Amino acid sequence: MCLAIPGKIVDLVPEQAHLCTVEVAGVRRRVDLGLLQEDIPVPGDWVLIHVGFAMTKISEQDALEQMHLLSMLGEAEQAMQEIRGYGLEDGGAGVS
Amino acid sequence: MRYVDEFRDPELITKAADEIHRLADTGRHYRIMEVCGGHTHAIYRFGLKDVLPSNIELIHGPGCPVCVLPMGRIDDGLAVAKNAEVIFAAFGDMMRVPGTHGSPFEHKARGTDVRIVYSPADALQIARKNPDKHVMFFAIGFETTAPSTALTLMRARSEGIRNFSVFCNHVTIVPAIRAILDSPDMRLDAFIGPGHVSTVIGCRPYEWIARNEGKPVVTSGFEPLDLLQSIVMLLRQLRAGEAKVENQYKRVVPWEGNRAALKAMAEVFQLRPYFEWRGLGFISQSALKIRDEYAGWDAEQRFPIPGTRVTDPKAAQCGEVLKGVLKPAQCKLFGNECTPEHPIGALMVSSEGSCAAYYNYEHRKAAAMVTSISSVA
Amino acid sequence: MAHGAGGKASRRLVEGLFAPLLFAESSEPLGDAARVNINGTSVAITTDSFVVKPLKFPGGSIGELAVNGTMNDLAVSGARGEAMVVTFILEEGLPLPVLEAEIRAMAAALQRAGIALIGGDTKVVERGKADGMYITTTGIGRPLQHVTIDARSVRAGDKILLSGPIGDHGITILLARGELDLEADLASDTRCILPLIEVLAGEAGPGIRWMRDPTRGGVATTLNELARDCRLGIVLSEEEIPMRNEVRGACELLGLDPLHIANEGQFLAVVAPEYADAALNALHRTEGGEDAVIIGEVQTEPACAVLVTTRYGGSRIADMLVGDPLPRIC
Repeated sequence: MCLAIPGKIVDLVPEQAHLCTVEVAGVRRRVDLGLLQEDIPVPGDWVLIHVGFAMTKISEQDALEQMHLLSMLGEAEQAMQEIRGYGLEDGGAGVS
Repeated sequence: MRYVDEFRDPELITKAADEIHRLADTGRHYRIMEVCGGHTHAIYRFGLKDVLPSNIELIHGPGCPVCVLPMGRIDDGLAVAKNAEVIFAAFGDMMRVPGTHGSPFEHKARGTDVRIVYSPADALQIARKNPDKHVMFFAIGFETTAPSTALTLMRARSEGIRNFSVFCNHVTIVPAIRAILDSPDMRLDAFIGPGHVSTVIGCRPYEWIARNEGKPVVTSGFEPLDLLQSIVMLLRQLRAGEAKVENQYKRVVPWEGNRAALKAMAEVFQLRPYFEWRGLGFISQSALKIRDEYAGWDAEQRFPIPGTRVTDPKAAQCGEVLKGVLKPAQCKLFGNECTPEHPIGALMVSSEGSCAAYYNYEHRKAAAMVTSISSVA
Repeated sequence: MAHGAGGKASRRLVEGLFAPLLFAESSEPLGDAARVNINGTSVAITTDSFVVKPLKFPGGSIGELAVNGTMNDLAVSGARGEAMVVTFILEEGLPLPVLEAEIRAMAAALQRAGIALIGGDTKVVERGKADGMYITTTGIGRPLQHVTIDARSVRAGDKILLSGPIGDHGITILLARGELDLEADLASDTRCILPLIEVLAGEAGPGIRWMRDPTRGGVATTLNELARDCRLGIVLSEEEIPMRNEVRGACELLGLDPLHIANEGQFLAVVAPEYADAALNALHRTEGGEDAVIIGEVQTEPACAVLVTTRYGGSRIADMLVGDPLPRIC
C-alpha cells in the first residue's frame, strides 16, 4: 500500500498514449499514466510511482518550501535564546 | 536520488529531532499512532525511535493490507490456483503469507503456477502472452493500490482480454481507523496519517478524527524528515490544544485527492456490505468488490470459491498488536513459536507488519550500544 | 526453495541436518573451504554448485560464475586455487551453441584466474529439469603464507573491510529474468578476487582474522554468520557502504535491502585495527581494489548481531536473510 518512489519521466511510448518510461536513479520502467489523465505529465516531470502507475506529479515548489521549513527548525528558538542572553527581562545587570 | 536524498539529510534530521525534544513536554507521555504499515517500516528502517525522546511512544496501526487479510481468503485464492490452467499472480508481499495448506510459494513448490508481479499491469501482460492460460491476479492493498487494479480491469475489458481475472481483497483505511478509535482499550493522542493512500483519497476523509474525536492528524511522507516534521506538527497542535488535519506531504498529497483515481475506482468497484479483517473482525463498508459490469473479470464470479473461514489460534494475539494495545514483544508467541521464518500470524510475515518489523530491525538492540555509534569507522 | 537462498534456512539445513550426520567431529565453525592434511602438506579444498537463471546475463554467465566462485571460496579461506574439477548436469534439449558458449566462457575465466581444469563429469537429465544447466565444482589450493582464517580470533575493535560496491550481481540477475520489466546499465560483478586477497595477505597477513565472500544472502547474511561464530557484535556505518546508483534505485523501487543482495566479485575481511589503514591503502593501489572501504568494526554489543548505524544516531538490526529477497509494494 505504501511503497512509492519518485521518478522522472524520460520518454513517452509512441503508440500508447497512457504509457511512459520513468527513470529512478538510472533504473527504467514502463509506467502507466492513466491516473493522471486530468493533468497529464510530460517528459521531464517527476511523478510518484506505485505498482507501475503514476499516482501524482511531484511539486518541486512544495518540496522546496518543505526543505526551507525544515532548515528553519529551531532557529526561532535560537533567536529567542540570544535575546534572553541580553538579560533585559529580569532587571538584571543588562549588557555592559 | 532526487526527492529522496534531501529528506534523509543527517544534519536536518538532527535539527528536527532537537526540535521534537524541545517541544515534547517532559511531564507528558505522548501516544502517537502511525496508521500505515509503510510508516512502521520506515520508522524501523531509519532507526527513528533512537532520535525521539522516551516520552513519545509510537503505536503501530493496522494499515498493513497483508496483515489484515484473513487466512481464509488466501486459501480461497489458492483453491482457484489449483486449476491446471490458472496462473496465480500476486505481489511479492503475498508469497510467504501462510494459508491453511501453505503459502503461495509452498504451493508453487508443489506444482501450482505462482508468479510474482510488480504491477497488476504485468499480470495482464502475462495473460496477453499466455492465451491458453487464465491469469488470476490476487489483489491486495488499500486505496493506494485499488485505482491501479481498477485501471487494469478497465484495460482488460476494453481490449477484450478474457483470460484474466482479479480476486479482489482491496480494503479501505478509514473504517480501520474508526475501529481503532472505537476500541475500548485504546488511548491515543494523535495520528500520523497515511501518506500514499492520501494521494488518492486526499485529506478530507480524516477530518472527523480531528473534529469528533479531538485528535490531531498529520498526513506524512515516508522519509525520515517527513516523519519527524509530522511529529513536530503534531506536538505543536497538542501543545496548543488544537486538533485539525494538516498535510505534511504536500509535495505529493493533494488536499482533494486524485479525482481520476477515485473515478476509476468508482467505475470498477463498489463497497462490500461487510468484510472480515484479521484481528479486527467484521467491519461494514470497509472493502471493495468488483461491480457486476466487470463480472467477467471477477475471479469470485468466474470460479467456485470455497468461502473458507479460518480462526486464528487463540494464543496468537495479532488482534491486540494490530490495534496497538499490545507491543509485539508482549505477545506470548513472539520470538518463540512465531518468527519471520515460521510465522503464526500475518503480522510476522509482512515485513511492514509490526511484529516482523520489530523482530527484523529492533529486538536484539541493546540500549547500551546506541551510544557507541560515534566510534565506528 | 528457502533452503537454497543462503540465509537462515540454508544455515539450519547445514547445521541441523548435514553437520551432525555427515561432518567429522569438529568444533570449528563451518567455512567456505576446508583444510586437509595429506602426508604433512596442508591442502585447501572447496566445493560449490552453480544454479542461475538466466544462464547468461550482463557481465557474465554460469561458466564464469563457476570458475570465479570456486577461486573466491579458496581465496577467502586463505588459499590460492591451483586446480579444479567440474561436473555438468545438462538439461535434455539444451542447444549446443549455448553449451559451447559456456565452455568458452569457462576457458577464458580459467585462464584469467590462473587455475587449471583437470577433470570432470557430465550427466544429462530430462527436459524440464536443470534449468538448462547446473555446474558443480571442486577446487583445491595451496594455503597462502601468514594467513590464518578463524572467526574465533576476531576481537572487539577489529575493522570490517569491504572490497567494493554491493548488489551488482543480484540486481543484474533479477533484472535479467525480465519478470519485473526493469532496465538498467548494470552488470554482474563476477571476477576472481585472488589478486586482491594476495595483496591484502602481503600487506596485512598476520592482521587478517577472517574473510568471506558475500554471495547469496548478501553482506548482512555473511556478517551475521560471523557475528554468531565469534559471538561479538558487528556495527556498520550505513553511509560507508558503497553501492552503485542503479542498485540503490532498484532496491528502493522494489523495497529490497541491498545488504541482502548477492555479490560475486567482492569480499569482506576482518582486519586488526593496526593493519587496517595499510591494508586499505594497498588495495587502493591495486587494480580492482580502488573502491575498497572500511564499513564498520567489531564491538562487544550487540552480541551475535549486526547493527547498522546512521550519522544522525539512528540504528537498526540487519538480520540474516530468510528465503530469497522478494520485491514488495507495501
